[in-house]
Amino acid sequence: MTACFAGLAGTILLGASLSYGQAPMNTCLDCHSVLPEPFGVTSDKFSHDIHEQKGLTCASCHGGDPTSSDPTVAMSPKKGWKGHIDHKQVPALCASCHANPVYMKTFNPSLRTDQFSEYHTSVHGQKFATGDTKVAVCTDCHSVHDLRAPSDPLSTVNPVNVAKTCSKCHADPDYMKPYGIPTDQYAKYNTSVHHDAMVKRGDLSAPTCTTCHGNHGAVPPGVDKVQNVCANCHVFQAQMYQKSTHSKVFAEKGLPGCVVCHTNHGIQMPSDAMLSTGPAGVCMRCHTRGDVCDRARENILNNLTTLDHNIKEADEALKLAEASGMEVSAATLNQAAATDAITKARVTIHTYDPALVNADIQVGMKIAAANLKAGQDAMVEREHRRIGLGVCLIAICFMLVGLWLYIKQIER
Amino acid sequence: MSTGTDCPCQQQPTRRGFVGLFLGGGMLATFASFLYPVMRFFVPPTVADLGGDEVVAAKVGDLKENSGKIFKFGSRPGLLILEASGTYHAMSATCTHLGCTVQYKGDTHQVWCPCHNGTYDLNGRNVSGPPPEAIGCIRRAPARR
Amino acid sequence: MIAALIHWLDERLHLEGLLAPFKHKTVPQHKMSYWYFFGGITLFLFMVQVLTGILLLLYYHPGANEAFESVQYIVTQVQFGWLIRSIHSWSANLMIFTAFAHMFSVLFLKAYRKPRELTWVTGVLLLFLVMGFGFSGYLLPWNTLAFFATTVGTQMAGQVPFIGHAMMIFLRGGPEVTGATLTRFFGFHVAVLPGIVTVLIGVHLFFVQRQGMSVPPKVEAEWKKDPSLVKEMKFFPNFALRELMAWYVGMGMLGGLAAMFPWNLGVKVDPFASAPAGIKPEWYFLFMYQALKLIPSKVLIFDGEVLGIVGCGIAATVWLLLPFFDTEKPSRRSHVITGLSVFALVFMIGMTIYGYLAN
Repeated sequence: MTACFAGLAGTILLGASLSYGQAPMNTCLDCHSVLPEPFGVTSDKFSHDIHEQKGLTCASCHGGDPTSSDPTVAMSPKKGWKGHIDHKQVPALCASCHANPVYMKTFNPSLRTDQFSEYHTSVHGQKFATGDTKVAVCTDCHSVHDLRAPSDPLSTVNPVNVAKTCSKCHADPDYMKPYGIPTDQYAKYNTSVHHDAMVKRGDLSAPTCTTCHGNHGAVPPGVDKVQNVCANCHVFQAQMYQKSTHSKVFAEKGLPGCVVCHTNHGIQMPSDAMLSTGPAGVCMRCHTRGDVCDRARENILNNLTTLDHNIKEADEALKLAEASGMEVSAATLNQAAATDAITKARVTIHTYDPALVNADIQVGMKIAAANLKAGQDAMVEREHRRIGLGVCLIAICFMLVGLWLYIKQIER
Repeated sequence: MSTGTDCPCQQQPTRRGFVGLFLGGGMLATFASFLYPVMRFFVPPTVADLGGDEVVAAKVGDLKENSGKIFKFGSRPGLLILEASGTYHAMSATCTHLGCTVQYKGDTHQVWCPCHNGTYDLNGRNVSGPPPEAIGCIRRAPARR
Repeated sequence: MIAALIHWLDERLHLEGLLAPFKHKTVPQHKMSYWYFFGGITLFLFMVQVLTGILLLLYYHPGANEAFESVQYIVTQVQFGWLIRSIHSWSANLMIFTAFAHMFSVLFLKAYRKPRELTWVTGVLLLFLVMGFGFSGYLLPWNTLAFFATTVGTQMAGQVPFIGHAMMIFLRGGPEVTGATLTRFFGFHVAVLPGIVTVLIGVHLFFVQRQGMSVPPKVEAEWKKDPSLVKEMKFFPNFALRELMAWYVGMGMLGGLAAMFPWNLGVKVDPFASAPAGIKPEWYFLFMYQALKLIPSKVLIFDGEVLGIVGCGIAATVWLLLPFFDTEKPSRRSHVITGLSVFALVFMIGMTIYGYLAN
């Protein structure tokens, strides 16, 4: 008898402890997981949602009673059931938790809670306030029912997916017609060096739409503020630009700083050709040929081209020497310093001062020249070997003549 | 050709001397030109070979405290840092952003790249700026006397 | 002074008796006599290999993570390391060439006939071992070309029926070519093969000394008819001095090749990289490789590659035992064998050229 009691108690205890920490009851899914769209949300889909993982249920947003299996009770307005949440109601609904620091702290104390107030400052939020129903609300970007944390690679707001999410509206010309803004940003961004950095080199810190435009407070940077945005990463170029002549002139003319030469969405890898007078050249769009700025441009371009050529020349000489078995590893290593110098010179372009650029160029020239000399010295050593060989061969010839004469001598 | 027995004294002395010169001189010259490289080969070079994985970065006392030094690691640059506490750190000196050579900054105790202002901590982890990943660390063998 | 030294040794070791046969050794002289040099040249090149090989051993590290760097070290840091290494590589190739030339000259001049069958057998074994030297040594710098050539070569060995797989595992030191293969090949190259080859060379030379030089059948017939036509040269010092001249020419060639065409280092092995396009073995294996490539993948019910390998095996065995198939005197059989020999030579040369062009 005592054994039976113990067994029963143990089983109950086991069952209780197993069910402790299980997800709270969510009877809504009993029906709604098998209903067709738009009423259907499969349990599998909902299992990916971070709210579900944190212990929330359908009722947390939609209201009602998630513990009752009786639909009239579960979906009773008396139990607070809201039914389908209208697009207009979404921001306020999400903010009811996400703008409440005390509540959010119980889940993740380091999460921000100012998204709703930021949203009001954004173009989306401002238009929303005027009653525009086409603009994005929380669920348009974050998705709904399978809302994943931004760090999840499958999340619609993970850095690698942000551009695609924004493009859902912003690359749709018909959808964007009433707003009169371009819809080619996504296409252009996909050709850009920033896109390559993220997608090809796997650099998650590379800029995407939200990096420059903000996410909740999304707004295009003001024309006079563009360089501040770029300056967050491109520090040296921004500092140099700030002190340069262009900065004041562009500001006066209302030109958008960095974007003037580098464009905004389809930013390509800069090349020395941008300093040329060819199709890729940017200077001649404003400056006249033959003026002092044009001469400065030409000076800078020539110096860069010369250094680039010298570095390549030294590379070739060292490669040839190494292929001939000569020891040139120190000079080959030192070539990295020359490449550093030309990289630095290309940053210094943003001072638009040929003298400053030239200072960096000269450093690089010295290094490249030294390495070229090392390569050439190695080839001289190669010649020495050939001379040594010649001496050897002469000695051997001597020996052969001697042997031949000796043979002749003993066979006479 | 017959293998006749020659009486050496029947030969003209100049002829014999001629042959002797070539034979003796040739033998000497060829021996010397073979022996010289082999002898030089035996002498170990000043750069002692430590195998492909190891390199002497610096001698104890080379580095001042709280400073760094670039050394050659195969065909790539490495950075050796001596902290004020006496700990050594060694890592690749090639920035993971666009390949510039990094340096140690004593004031911030960080590794810094002058090209685009990237920084790393003393374990090589990328702290701020453009570098997308940590810089590779190099294992240090204990300092030998 | 040298005479005094010899006398001193002779008092103790009775050298006179030992050296007597050498004093009487002669070398026949006829139109084809120049071919007699090739054996000695091959021996000379072998001695060069041993010497340069020992020198390289002073600095070489036989391990996957150090081999390439140690060869790089030898070539760039060690004084005249470039010279020793390039001589070793060039001499290896020249030696294989002269070994083949020596073999073919013996073949066409029918020097393998009775009583010289065993000399031929040891010689062919030496040829196989020398090619083994080439195969094992080629891997030691641990560069990509060698790595993939070894992979292909050992994979071909694995195609031998029944024992092939075990052979491949034995050669590779595992299922794949790895650092274990390198260590194993190093052991073969510096210990196993030198030991066996040295003994075999000793045996081979002993046979040659004992039996003297063979004379081609036509010349033999002429001399038998008219003994006054017989022309011979004393080995010591006449032929030996000429041989020495050939050796000096060889030395000059080696130095020239090493200085003008230094041997490449290549790129260090990266096992995760795929094989470079147009991978092929060294020239002395090329004829086999190319011939195997031409065999269709299925011949009747047999796998093409296996058939090819078995064919090679049969050819090698016939080659080894050739003296036992031929007759002492010229006959129809010996003419057939000469014809087949010409075909073999043309086949090897042709396949080698084809292999290069089909690159």
